Parts: sequence; structure tokens; C-alpha cells
Amino acid sequence: MTQRRFSAEHEWVRRDGEIYVVGITDYAQAQLGDVVYVELPLKGRRVEKGKEAATVESVKAASEVYAPLSGEIIETNEALSADPAKVNADPEGEGWVFKLRPDDPQEFEALMDEAAYKRFIEEKP
Amino acid sequence: MSDWSRAVSASAKESAPPGTTSATRKAPEATTSGHRGLVLEEELLFEQGSPDLSGVDLPPVEAFADRLGSLERKAPIGLPGLSEPQVVRHFTRLSQKNYAIDCGLYPLGSCTMKYNPRANERVARLDGFAEIHPLQPAATIKGALQVIEDLAHWLEVLTGMPAIALSPGAGAHGELCGMMTIKAALESRGEERRRVLVAASAHGTNPASAATCGYEIEAVPSNEKGRLDLEELERRLGADVAALMLTNPNTCGLFEDEICEIAEALHRAGAFFYCDGANFNALLGRVRPGDLGIDCMHLNLHKTFSTPHGGGGPGSGPVALSAALAPFAPLPWLVHGEKGLCLREGRSPPAAQSIGRIKGFHGQFGTFVRALAYLMSLGADGLKGAAEDAVLNANYLRTRLEGTLSLSFPGMSMHEVLFDDRFLEGTGVSTLAFAKAMIDEGFHPMTVYFPLVVKGAMLIEPTETESKASLDAFVASLEALAQKARAGEAAFFHEAPRLAPRRRFDEVAAARHPVLRWRPKAAAENGG
Repeated sequence: MTQRRFSAEHEWVRRDGEIYVVGITDYAQAQLGDVVYVELPLKGRRVEKGKEAATVESVKAASEVYAPLSGEIIETNEALSADPAKVNADPEGEGWVFKLRPDDPQEFEALMDEAAYKRFIEEKP
Repeated sequence: MSDWSRAVSASAKESAPPGTTSATRKAPEATTSGHRGLVLEEELLFEQGSPDLSGVDLPPVEAFADRLGSLERKAPIGLPGLSEPQVVRHFTRLSQKNYAIDCGLYPLGSCTMKYNPRANERVARLDGFAEIHPLQPAATIKGALQVIEDLAHWLEVLTGMPAIALSPGAGAHGELCGMMTIKAALESRGEERRRVLVAASAHGTNPASAATCGYEIEAVPSNEKGRLDLEELERRLGADVAALMLTNPNTCGLFEDEICEIAEALHRAGAFFYCDGANFNALLGRVRPGDLGIDCMHLNLHKTFSTPHGGGGPGSGPVALSAALAPFAPLPWLVHGEKGLCLREGRSPPAAQSIGRIKGFHGQFGTFVRALAYLMSLGADGLKGAAEDAVLNANYLRTRLEGTLSLSFPGMSMHEVLFDDRFLEGTGVSTLAFAKAMIDEGFHPMTVYFPLVVKGAMLIEPTETESKASLDAFVASLEALAQKARAGEAAFFHEAPRLAPRRRFDEVAAARHPVLRWRPKAAAENGG
């Protein structure tokens, strides 16, 4: 069973063994509008939970992608450099942004599950 | 200038709404020439150019021996050959297509597009100002130095702050200069503070300027009244915070009513208070930033002090500094010496702690002259009147429009008024499409999608320039458009602008596949 969790900043995280894949949610991409550029973090960079890890730029604005877990970036989705539209077309699949190895896998458990995230975005004003 | 506020949005869906293909769109009536009315279509100068044309006749060159050796150019330089009238007509046509404050209302929020009085231009064109050179002997430019001194004095009086750095070239440069002085002041205290807090409603240049100085940026959210949340600020303050960057009035057009408490909280934590002065037009002669506890604030001469901008002229972003920051002001310093005013260009007393030079020569001198002419022609009472009229005009628009558009925050606004897209809910019309339809109505759109703290923002700043008649005409068009949107005429908006020389641009394609360089047709076709 795939396990997915969500942050209040609209990132999704998918557990893939010891590696965690991160992207922005479908809700986030719809709010942003057409993505025209994705600034990826450097491989090997340490990121801190809740701090900026990448930037997604649409014609409206540039928005940060926050690291939902603290850890080390081990891979980034280079395909987004050539085709940032993948973030709009398939945000929770081919539009993934980076993979990280978390310091503390318990942080994953503390994030929202799918049902909780769904309630969270429905309650938004 | 210092604004990223002109960013707009588009979506591919909008430019081609369902059921509309380019074939079903009504093509503009074709003409043989391709021109429409007296609006002429023409090729780029490079495409018009022809090698047998030239603006000047030069005598044939006699035989000569050059000393270029292998440096001699082998291929043509690639500049177009053009006659003088071709060039003049080209640029005149371009200028006619340009919308400017001299054409009409220019309500771009946060940009303060106010009228540039002709008296300023008259003064700036006096030979003693227009024909001087920054490298001529100081003894021959006493008048110019006096202009700098007088302008600094006016700005000190208006801000209630003891020092003015005049050299920054525009708003964001002023921010950078201000943050550099803050960093220098902290270093002189032996403190290494790593974080700068920035209001969520800030101009995008604020975090960029602080990041350029090497600071980590943290946003401070707004409260439900559209002001900085004091509790959220206090929660973030600590020994590693260098400064807060805040705009007052903020980009929602609201006065930060807890600004004194904000200043106190910052100073208790040993941090500096940077204020973005982009919206100083609302405060002229009414509020002195120095009295609010602000340590550092840039002013935009090209906004508040009526010098041309937005493509019309260079900006200028002087920075007002508190006594604690004044010793770190950039070079050159204007000081009173034995022989009157003189420029101190090195790091020697009293400028020993200066951050150094940040711009060539002495700043945008022509802009100083215009700003001083504006200040002197209005006088202290006139400046206060300008601020009052700017606020009055914005509030007139607010009261006329709040039943039609959706006002983001209730109550009085300052010099600009913020609406959002709630009134368009369910109409299928976006803020962008609404703004494009305004172009067909003959109005330059307001700032859209900024600030980011509300959804589908429409930020309107009429400035004191506009008459009641001008504002009434603007309101009438907005009311008619809003009614059209509510009547279900979404297609009308998706098609807009229909009457402009160019229709809707595909901003998404332009951002994803930017073409940054013109190439001759043959080279472009060969993929070169």
C-alpha cells in the first residue's frame, strides 16, 4: 500500500522504502496556475522541515516548496527543468519535485493523511 | 523600479475558452496595407534596414593602412541601414503606442503614477543643470551641490530623520543600501544576526534585497485586518533577527496602526526597523517616519516626488537613516568644508565607517533637480494637500466601488484601495480577464494579483492627479464591466482586449519558451 501524507503548505510526501518523494498537491497547482519554472534544490543539500527547499514559479507568482520533513535531498526531478508543465498535468505523479532521506521518519507519521488533508482544504476560506 | 507588482496571470484555458477556436473568432477587418486607421503596423528596424541606406552622407574613404592586424572585422557588423526619417517615424510610432500618465488615468496600485509637472522639466533643462558633467572640477558645480544639499534637507524634514543617502538609483537599490547599512551597524556592534523578517504583504524586492545581503528571510503573516500580526512578529523575534522590513501604508492600502508597538518590539530585541517608503505619498506632511521609530526608509523620488518613471525616466531611491545608521551611509558624502559644500569621496572621517560607494558618481542628478522643483513649487502646505488629495481620491473610489467590486478589508483606505475577485465568483471571469476588458474601455488596468495576501487582487491607486470627473468615468466603466460579468457574458471577457493594437498575449508560452533575441529570418529558420 502506498503511503501518502500531506503538509499544511500543500506538499505531498510518498514513502518509497527509506526514501520519501515530495511534490505539490493538485490543490496547490490549481491555485498557482500554469507553472513556468521550477527551481530545484541541489542534490546533497540538507533541508529543514518547514523551510524552503524549492521554488515553483507561475505567471502569477513565485511560491516556495517547503520541506515537509528534515533530511537530505538525494534526487531531484530534472525533467521539470525542460517541462515545468508536468507540475500542472500530473502534480502527484510525474510532477514530483525531489526525493529526500529523512532524519526522523516519525515526522512523516505526524503529517496529515489523505482524509485529513481533504478536510483541511475544504475548510479553507 | 522597485515593483514586481505588474506581474499578471494568464492561463491557456482562458486565452482559448471552450467552444472558441481561433477560426470562430471575428478577425479584424482586413486592409490592403495591414494598417488599421492611422495605427500603423511596421517591421522591426532590423527588418526594415537596407545596406544602401544611411542617415548621413560621408565622403569616400581614401586608401589607408590600418594597424588592426588580425583584429580587423571580417563580417558585416549587422546594424540596419536606415534613413533619418525612417528612424524618427519608427520611434514616434512606438511612442504613440505607449500608454503614459500624460495620456490619462494610470491607476497601477503601489506605483504612484502621478502627473509629472512641466515646471520640473523646465528647471531640469536649465543649462547649469543639464549641461554639467560629473567629472568637472567641484568648484564649477557649486549650484548642483546646493541642489543636493537642499533636496536632502527637504527629505530630512519630511521624514524626521537625520541623514539622507541620495545615491541609490531606484527603490530596490535603496532597499539594498538600507540593508547594507543595517548589516554594517550590526557588525560594528560585533553582532552577527542572520535573519530578516519580511511582511507577507511586502513588495517582492524586500526579501530579494535582504537575501542579496546574505540574510535568511522569514515571512510574517498579516492579521484579519490586513495589518502585520504583532503577535506573530513577537513570536519570531530573537537575538538572531537583524531587521523587519515593512511598508507603511502597506500594499493593502492600509495604515499599519500598530507601527509604534512594532518598532518598540524590534528595538527591545536589538533589531532594526526598515520601512519601505514606496507608499510615502499617503503620508507627506502628515506623518514623519522618524517619529514612528523607523530606523531606515527609502523614498522613491520617481513615485512620491513626481519624476517620470515606468519607462519615462530613471528612478531614484534615496534612503533616510536614523542617527544609529547615519555613520554607515554610502559615499560620497556632502559636507560643509572651509570652501563651502564639498564632496567627501573616501572613507575618511567623518565617513570612516561608510559602506562605501554603491553607484557611479553622485546618483540620478537630473531626478534630484525635478524632485526639488516639485518640493519647492508645492511647498510644505502643498505637499500635505497632495497627500490628502491622494487619500481622498482613493477613498472616493472605495466608496463608489465597494458595492460593485469586493473590498478586501473594510474601512478607510490610504492612498490606494484593494479589491479582490470574490465579486467574480461563479461568473467564469478572472481578475486577468476583467483587467483586459478595461483596456477596451480605454483604461490602463490597475495592479492585478498583487499583493498576494488576497485572492485575485485588484489594487487601485488613483493618485492626487485625477479630477472627480476622471474618477467618475473610471467608476462608470468598472460598474458596466462588473454588470456584464454578472450577466453571464464571460465570453466577452475571454476575448478581451478586442480593440487594442494587439490582442491577448500568451504569457504562459512566453514564460516557458522565451525568445530573448531577435535573429535575421534566415538564421532563425535554420535554427541559428
